[in-house]
Amino acid sequence: MSLDARIVVRRAGFTLDLELSAAPGEVVALLGPNGAGKTTALRALAGLVGMADGHIALDGVRLDRTPPEHRRIGVVFQDYLLFPHLNALDNVAFGPRCRHVPRKQAREQAREWLDRVGLAEHVRKKPRQLSGGQAQRVALARALAAEPKLLLLDEPLAALDARTRLDTRAQLRGHLSSFPGATVLVTHDPLDALMLADRLIIVEDGRIVQIGDAATITAQPRTDYVARLVGLNLYRGHADGTDVALTSDFSIVTATPQQGDVFVAFRPSAVALYPTRPDGSPRNTWPARVTMVSRHGDALRIELDGPIAVAADVTPAAAVQLDLAPGREVWAGLKATETTTYPAG
Amino acid sequence: MPQRLTEPGILTALRLSLETATIATGVCLVLGVPLAWMLARVEFPARRFVRALVTVPLVLPPVVGGVALLLVFGRRGLVGEWLDSAFGVTLPFTTAGVVVAEAFVAMPFLVIAVEGALRGSDARYEEAAATLGAGRWTTFRRVTLPLIAPGVAAGAVLCWARALGEFGATITFAGNFPGRTQTMPLAVYLALEQDVDAAIVLSLLLLVVSVVILAALRDKWVAA
Repeated sequence: MSLDARIVVRRAGFTLDLELSAAPGEVVALLGPNGAGKTTALRALAGLVGMADGHIALDGVRLDRTPPEHRRIGVVFQDYLLFPHLNALDNVAFGPRCRHVPRKQAREQAREWLDRVGLAEHVRKKPRQLSGGQAQRVALARALAAEPKLLLLDEPLAALDARTRLDTRAQLRGHLSSFPGATVLVTHDPLDALMLADRLIIVEDGRIVQIGDAATITAQPRTDYVARLVGLNLYRGHADGTDVALTSDFSIVTATPQQGDVFVAFRPSAVALYPTRPDGSPRNTWPARVTMVSRHGDALRIELDGPIAVAADVTPAAAVQLDLAPGREVWAGLKATETTTYPAG
Repeated sequence: MPQRLTEPGILTALRLSLETATIATGVCLVLGVPLAWMLARVEFPARRFVRALVTVPLVLPPVVGGVALLLVFGRRGLVGEWLDSAFGVTLPFTTAGVVVAEAFVAMPFLVIAVEGALRGSDARYEEAAATLGAGRWTTFRRVTLPLIAPGVAAGAVLCWARALGEFGATITFAGNFPGRTQTMPLAVYLALEQDVDAAIVLSLLLLVVSVVILAALRDKWVAA
């Protein structure tokens, strides 16, 4: 049950154009900022919006002209859309009933699914009597009970509070790993994507900007959006050996020699701050001015201006010692070994 | 006064009124709910025109409506002539004619209420049903209709009430034959010409019956 698709949807002032594939059992996450077209892509796959161009094939069978009810593509909607007039059991039995399974048998199947998601005691409850986490699980059971070939999840955890989210994410991961078909997941939360997906597709402004597994994406981001998601400083430059020119008059020294257009990434915690120009150890130093100070976990995140804009993490003690406040002039230092360099384009 | 109520003609008129209004409501439901669904959910070029047409009976004087019905369904009418020659069916001046006249006048009340309910209901539930494998009809029957049931019920009650009080189109299209086409409003009008007291009694009777039935229906269906 593999998916192979190219989705093209045109709207006034916006074009979505994505190529998408997923192997049986694979979970692919579409990750991107709001308005990137992720949900539209999902709706196009399900047949709920028309495509201007492209194709959708499941197991080599073209589906782009098939109406949604015959696609066998299950959807868990962002706000679940459980039928308010039916109880949890009949919501889940709806899919089997549509495939002409007799009522009694359909309810039996629904009961098994609800049991599997841990809601055996809540079969008689109406959607409005369920908590957010329970409703999410009913929605998942309802989609799976229809025996889809492809499962689509639209921001499956976005409507939940932080605590429920943690538990539900772990359970969802279990259910997805036992689902034999391909899964496409849409989210703007990098943690959801990293935890749930085997492969990430980063979408910005209707286009794919990066594809890769969690390790690659977090180590080698290719756009500012991804770099911010994974918390790295990212620059594009021109490399000549270990010298990388980031602007016309500012270059840094990296650890691995490269040639041509490259990305340079480093952690905010790798940037050291000094009151005066340091001598000796770091290979890269430059004067900078503090623009913003904010909390970031146990550390303080310092945004700096200068030849390059950079984020640095320092301990509160160091911040006090350096008297870091917006407007303060400092020197930034970065060891060559703390940088990662990889080809761009 | 009590003996006036037990006069056979009056009870016949009352029963005829209740029966025809109920059947007319049924006709309106069968024709009006799909029409409302089309107006609310399907994009088609003549939609604005059809919507305007649906509301015409609201602004048309019922007598004019009756004349229009005669032109269409009369013995020499557009459809009536064909109905007569093909099936031997004539509508004017029959009980069926009363039902047609009442349905014609009462239909907008149902269509407007149901269309409003459809517009107010979230169409994404229908999308969810489609992804679960439900075709249009299954979706309509198992998702859309239950969600708009209160709106349909309210529309049906309004429709029934309007049909019960119908006078102009009925007397024009179906005439005033006791036992066959003489409904309560017609009986009241006739009584008014001969015996004012009788007209008042009949009016009060119609009022009481209507209020009792409407109150019962509203509590049952439109309570929420």
